[in-house]
Amino acid sequence: MADTPLMTEHEEGLQHQFVDMEQQRNASSLGMWLFLGTEIMFFGGMFLAYLVYRYWYYPEFAAGSRSIDIYLGTINTAVLICSSLTVALGVKAAQLGKRKTLVTLLLVTILFGLGFLAIKGIEWYQKFEEHHVPGRSFSAQDLIEKYPQIHIDPAPTQIYFSLYFAMTGLHALHMIIGVGIFCFLTFHACKGRYTPEYHTPIEIGGLYWHFVDIVWIYLFPLLYLIDRKPLK
Amino acid sequence: MPEHIISSKLYIGIWAALMCLTVITASVAFVDLGPLNTVVALVIATLKALLVVLFFMHVKYASEKLTKMVIVAAIFWLLILLFLSLADYSTRGMVHSGML
Amino acid sequence: MATATITAEREHYLNTDYGIRSWLLTTDHKRIALLYLALITVFFFIGGFFALLIRLELLTPAGDLVQADTYNKLFSMHGQVMIFFFLIPSIPAVLGNFLVPMMVGAKDLAFPRINLLSWYLLVLAAGMMLYCIITGGVDTGWTFYTPFSTAFSNTHVIEAGLAIFIAGFSSILTGLNFVVTIHRMRAPGLTWSRLPLFIWSMYATSIIQLLGTPVLAITLLLVVFERAFGLGIFDPTRGGDPLLFQHLFWFYSHPAVYIMILPSMGVISEIIPCFSRKRVFGYGAVALSSIAIAVFGFLVWAHHMFVAGISLYSAMIFSMLSYSVAVPSAIKVFNWTATMYKGSLRFSTPMLYAMGFIGLFTMGGLTGLFLAALGIDVHVTDTYFVVAHFHYIMVGGAVMGYLGGLHFWWPKISGRLYPEWLGKFAALTVFLGFNLTFFPQFILGYLGMPRRYWQYPPEFQVLNVLSTAGSTILAVGYVLPMIYFLWSMRYGKIADPNPWGAAGLEWKTQSPPPTSNFEETPEVTWEAYNYDEIPAPEEVPVG
Repeated sequence: MADTPLMTEHEEGLQHQFVDMEQQRNASSLGMWLFLGTEIMFFGGMFLAYLVYRYWYYPEFAAGSRSIDIYLGTINTAVLICSSLTVALGVKAAQLGKRKTLVTLLLVTILFGLGFLAIKGIEWYQKFEEHHVPGRSFSAQDLIEKYPQIHIDPAPTQIYFSLYFAMTGLHALHMIIGVGIFCFLTFHACKGRYTPEYHTPIEIGGLYWHFVDIVWIYLFPLLYLIDRKPLK
Repeated sequence: MPEHIISSKLYIGIWAALMCLTVITASVAFVDLGPLNTVVALVIATLKALLVVLFFMHVKYASEKLTKMVIVAAIFWLLILLFLSLADYSTRGMVHSGML
Repeated sequence: MATATITAEREHYLNTDYGIRSWLLTTDHKRIALLYLALITVFFFIGGFFALLIRLELLTPAGDLVQADTYNKLFSMHGQVMIFFFLIPSIPAVLGNFLVPMMVGAKDLAFPRINLLSWYLLVLAAGMMLYCIITGGVDTGWTFYTPFSTAFSNTHVIEAGLAIFIAGFSSILTGLNFVVTIHRMRAPGLTWSRLPLFIWSMYATSIIQLLGTPVLAITLLLVVFERAFGLGIFDPTRGGDPLLFQHLFWFYSHPAVYIMILPSMGVISEIIPCFSRKRVFGYGAVALSSIAIAVFGFLVWAHHMFVAGISLYSAMIFSMLSYSVAVPSAIKVFNWTATMYKGSLRFSTPMLYAMGFIGLFTMGGLTGLFLAALGIDVHVTDTYFVVAHFHYIMVGGAVMGYLGGLHFWWPKISGRLYPEWLGKFAALTVFLGFNLTFFPQFILGYLGMPRRYWQYPPEFQVLNVLSTAGSTILAVGYVLPMIYFLWSMRYGKIADPNPWGAAGLEWKTQSPPPTSNFEETPEVTWEAYNYDEIPAPEEVPVG
């Protein structure tokens, strides 16, 4: 019985349902790409809402967009791009078996992620102070006064901010999950779990992180750059 | 998954391109291009996304066609959602002339 | 040929380990399938209980059993429970989980721990839904239309929405597991064109689960956010569009009906050739029609919104697309029929369910075409015509396929046979009960009785009484299999590895299968449904 295909030598990290490491790696990669496909559809629903309401309420969206901090947004975009670099370099370190480099890069990635969340928190706090959080204490009065050239209807301005909070909020949630995943990866990397032969979790964790970056790459122009041209 | 290892120089090059594109897109927003503003912003965003997908996510070097099919399928499905819904939204204001 | 002593000594997935931990922490796809079976059976009866209350109320024209608000909750909970906690999981999570690895010659699914996780997610969701039901339920209809659900309903919309959100992830993970398994873990020699049609169906179903369910997830989340945090995305007073909700909701919920029917179609594609002792007519067409249904199914959603306020132009587009989605379904019906033609038919219980499926699904599908026609839809939308239409497909189709599949694979799953005469009796009871329940509803709808109404004009009473009478017969037909399946696990006759003489890798292993499914990894050199090479069993297996 020991020679039947059922009882192959147990490679380190090879799960029993797979024939060999290559099959396991291909399966894990396909699984993560499929999951990212579902995430595209998940965020996609909000993109439809955005599309419809920007089409209907362009002035209100323009005003709302002007009211969020473009400098913080640009910095955050840069932060995420830097984090994607450290992730990619981290995957390379894992491929080359450089444990210390890997751990460092993973930690730096986590720091970038936390930095992004901190800046986002500041931005949300700004919106709270300015009474731009949808609900009972919402007020678009400051925007109406600040941009008399744009004909702003106060009621639908709430829709811009509803989408702003929904989209950046869900993105931030994915960021938090990403940071959690990377803490897990860092912990195991420290213990030497990842080798040039087996580092699939690093690869697929990296794919997830890059995806969250890509979502932000779209959110940035859609939310921050609707209308920034100088007003007459 | 590729055991093709990308050089660190290429990664840093891609990073630099992404940073530049970010600065460009933020700056162009202040220039009045009319409706082109949106187009430029989305084109730049798509460029950045492509760079991340192809290089950081290794899709350019992926031996598996299936990976690319999954990405294309998901984007295509998103476009179905967006465009078929727009078929409703963009024709709602049409005047009923008896023909439509 | 297996005698009682050999079976008692042989180790298989059921007796390999005992105790509750070995079940609750299992990663064996076969055990997980049974965990799902238990869970969804409970919810089937909960949903059925709501249905009986509805039918009881509708015995009389006056609203005299329950209050109007309560009635709203009854049909809402009936729909949500039946759809999200019974139909959507049913075949994929029970039969799919059990059979997909075996049919492709693998030891397990690609991600066994994620498989277990998806069961636990459904348990969590089910717990939340139970909490919601016990504390008063929701009255928004299973469709959660805004702004009623976001701004006006006083019921537990948030809990129900979150429960379904979590259930959706269970569905997504199941689909993900199947797609990866089918792509990456087929046995040597098992090319795509040698796969059983059940696998093609499960693959198509999984694509829908992966691409559609996330949209439902975000939609329900936005409803929850609106209720909980006051976001105004669907609020008309703040410029929101209620139709946006409907677009997003139906983008998933229409393909969802294909999640519910495609697996049943896959089951039928396995049963018919076996009990006709013939290859499937037009294998390629049937396989590709599953993919076509999955793809086209995403293009038709706004046919649920014809009278809701969408533009007439888009209504025309969606109407035309809805006609096109009938074509691949029709191809399947033609091919099943052609498979049976000049076959050596045997009317065992699974075959009875399969034949019932073909007839009832055809009726349900044709009435769908009535609804796809804009002119007719204006008259019968939101009437009992629609209710009858979807119950013909969901109950006459999907549930009968599920029951047929359970009967067909029961010997493999349990190693036992159920009593054949009882099986036949229950199948006929279901068929008769079903038609008596739902055929009168076509007439009621055509005559103008609206759906979701708790009282109705007296002239509709006779038809309603017939419908309720049918529902009690139907209930008996559903309870019987539960009883005799349980009975058979202890007292049923021991089954052979292949009592039906069926084709497919799952029949080449023991009943019940060993934990790793196969003694040796199979190598496939034959085409699917090679019934010309497989001899029919000499004696009809009876339990």
